[in-house]
Amino acid sequence: MYKILRREDLNSQVVLMEIEAPIVAKKCKAGQFIILRVNEEGERIPLTVADYNREKGTVTIIFQIVGKTTQILAEKKEGEYIQDFLGPLGKASEIEGKKVAIIGGGLGCAIAYPQAKAFHEAGVEVDLIAGFRNKDFVILEEEMKKACNRLHIVTDDGSYIEKALVTNKLEQLINEGNEYDLVIAIGPLVMMKFVCLLTKKYNLKTIVSMNPIMIDGTGMCGGCRVTVGGETKFACVDGPDFDGHLIDFDEVIRRSKMYSIEERQSMEDHKHKCNLEGMH
Amino acid sequence: MANMSLKKLPMPEQDPLVRNKNFEEVALGYTAEMAIEEATRCLNCKNKPCVSGCPVNVKIPDFIAKVAEGKFVEAYEIISETSALPAVCGRVCPQESQCEGKCIRGIKGEPVAIGRLERFVADYVMLNGGAKVTKAEPNGHKVAVLGSGPAGLTAAGDLARMGYDVTIFEAFHKAGGVLVYGIPQFRLPKEIVQKEVDKLIAMGVKVELNVLGGKAITVEELFEMGFESVFVGTGAGLPIFMNIPGESLNGVYSANEFLTRINLMKAYKPEYDTPTKYHKVVAVVGGGNVAMDAARCAKRLGAEVHVIYRRGMEEMPARAEEVHHAQEEEIIFDTLCNPVQVLGDENGNVSGVECIRMQLGEPDERGRRRPIEIPGSNFVLPVDAVIMSLGTSPNPIMKEYTPGLETNKKGCIVANEDGLTSIEGVYAGGDAVTGAATVILAMGAGKTAAAAIHKYLSEK
Repeated sequence: MYKILRREDLNSQVVLMEIEAPIVAKKCKAGQFIILRVNEEGERIPLTVADYNREKGTVTIIFQIVGKTTQILAEKKEGEYIQDFLGPLGKASEIEGKKVAIIGGGLGCAIAYPQAKAFHEAGVEVDLIAGFRNKDFVILEEEMKKACNRLHIVTDDGSYIEKALVTNKLEQLINEGNEYDLVIAIGPLVMMKFVCLLTKKYNLKTIVSMNPIMIDGTGMCGGCRVTVGGETKFACVDGPDFDGHLIDFDEVIRRSKMYSIEERQSMEDHKHKCNLEGMH
Repeated sequence: MANMSLKKLPMPEQDPLVRNKNFEEVALGYTAEMAIEEATRCLNCKNKPCVSGCPVNVKIPDFIAKVAEGKFVEAYEIISETSALPAVCGRVCPQESQCEGKCIRGIKGEPVAIGRLERFVADYVMLNGGAKVTKAEPNGHKVAVLGSGPAGLTAAGDLARMGYDVTIFEAFHKAGGVLVYGIPQFRLPKEIVQKEVDKLIAMGVKVELNVLGGKAITVEELFEMGFESVFVGTGAGLPIFMNIPGESLNGVYSANEFLTRINLMKAYKPEYDTPTKYHKVVAVVGGGNVAMDAARCAKRLGAEVHVIYRRGMEEMPARAEEVHHAQEEEIIFDTLCNPVQVLGDENGNVSGVECIRMQLGEPDERGRRRPIEIPGSNFVLPVDAVIMSLGTSPNPIMKEYTPGLETNKKGCIVANEDGLTSIEGVYAGGDAVTGAATVILAMGAGKTAAAAIHKYLSEK
């Protein structure tokens, strides 16, 4: 059992939890992920490590409430426990280059943030572009500011700082003469796809972080396979970071929807059950 | 006077057309009377060929003699001297090619039902208060075991019996390895695996779940933590796909994924959250025991199931008993054909599998007749799921995080006959060394390594 030491709502949909998990905290690095199971009947879900504290032995996860598992996880309070917490899994991000652009889209900022921090701490110049739907969805602004040289927040509707898409912002920065060795894009699959289309035009190496369906996270099930440059790779042991220009995004998007009907049903059943219990 | 019946006493089973709709155990086991009757078929012959056929050398005639006398607990104690997992072995060992394959009674008629008797004895003891567990006098030495599958459990059990302070590190949230994620409930109830694990815990073995041994805690760190020897029983690894078009379509699974969803995550039970699809027509590609398990699980979820195998029924590597059970359960065998591509609909879901017919040519280097494609014989089998059961390739994690650990061309860990790897004090066994093999071979390797570790630490 793994204790929830801190729980914070970052916005109405996104929750931060600091979990006591000393073995994971001891050596996890930016880009790696964990797999957790909330309770005995729960499913195993992968979440990328958002932060860690080696001294305290804690790992921070940030997740969006999208289905039953994240819903019941969000319902857990400080001091309560999570059943299982395995990690670190996957390969750590390679920290290289002199100047990089890191892009986070929505919840993807929770993963872009530790990557930016790792690059920044290694002395790499970091431009961090963080895109959100609107003002209400902005997360981690203070943390991100400290993890880069320049933070560019953009919103789809212009309700906060600047109305732009992350791709517009990146193109603007490139056109202003910024020369990046590397672009890292983390966010919704469609966003990553369009960032890659853009950076391909500029011949700019781009790394994306995949978070596909998986069960064990150790290479056994093969559910997380992605086609990279025509080869089958397993996100859990070969990734989760991959060269974005080699990924078949349409395939990844299709595979991510494999259980959407079951997931929706499961969420509805859960809500229904909660309503019934609430009537007592 | 021995019972001279030429046939094994049949073991009661669930009716095939009932059991193919539930996950309850297929074989129901002998009653005490049946066990005694079958035990009297053993001739207690002098040279005991059955014992040499057993990878862990269970004293078979000795335990069977006790069964014949109705002394089941004593029989259990004899098995336990050499086998850590009697209830498991009695169910999943390929006895026909091991102990029973060597039985003198098998020359004329059927061999003694050694597997069924072992199972009976183990179940009898479990039902009647469990095995008597004695904690050995601690010898003050710590050994780490990576992986809690059959190799790891056996090594841990043997070492604990010799007084070692053993800690098992398991990546999953449940101990048992392939016994819990791979082999289905209807062949090996998970409650039985848990009881075997509990027995080890009662013997003093510590089990640390959710720890990916070798990575979260590296071998080097284990030595720093005071472990004097490490046994690596991390099992087989990455599922193999065919590299044909359409394998990334929704509805194509590895057998590992499909079985793990059902067995470990219990996706077939409504109270568990892991989703599984209830497919209508499923093709399982492959002819091994894992393919049989996948096919029989798919059937139990309500599908029409086809096993697609490129050779004939005769060449199928699965145990005859598993194939027979699958056939009884109305699984369709499409042999002598091989998939060339998986077809999908406009939403990217599997809609069929295109196969080509095969014929058998000259024997290959292993003596099996090579399958050859018959040009122009392609046909489409309409299915909505394809389960690839073609074996696994070794998991790269151990090698990646253990400097100096030698692996062979295929990626399997190199170990000598004692299980010793290229690193002093580090032993390995089971599928991590051999590639995908059987439960009992992994147990044999765990046993050998435990003895070698004891010798190494005693002489150190």
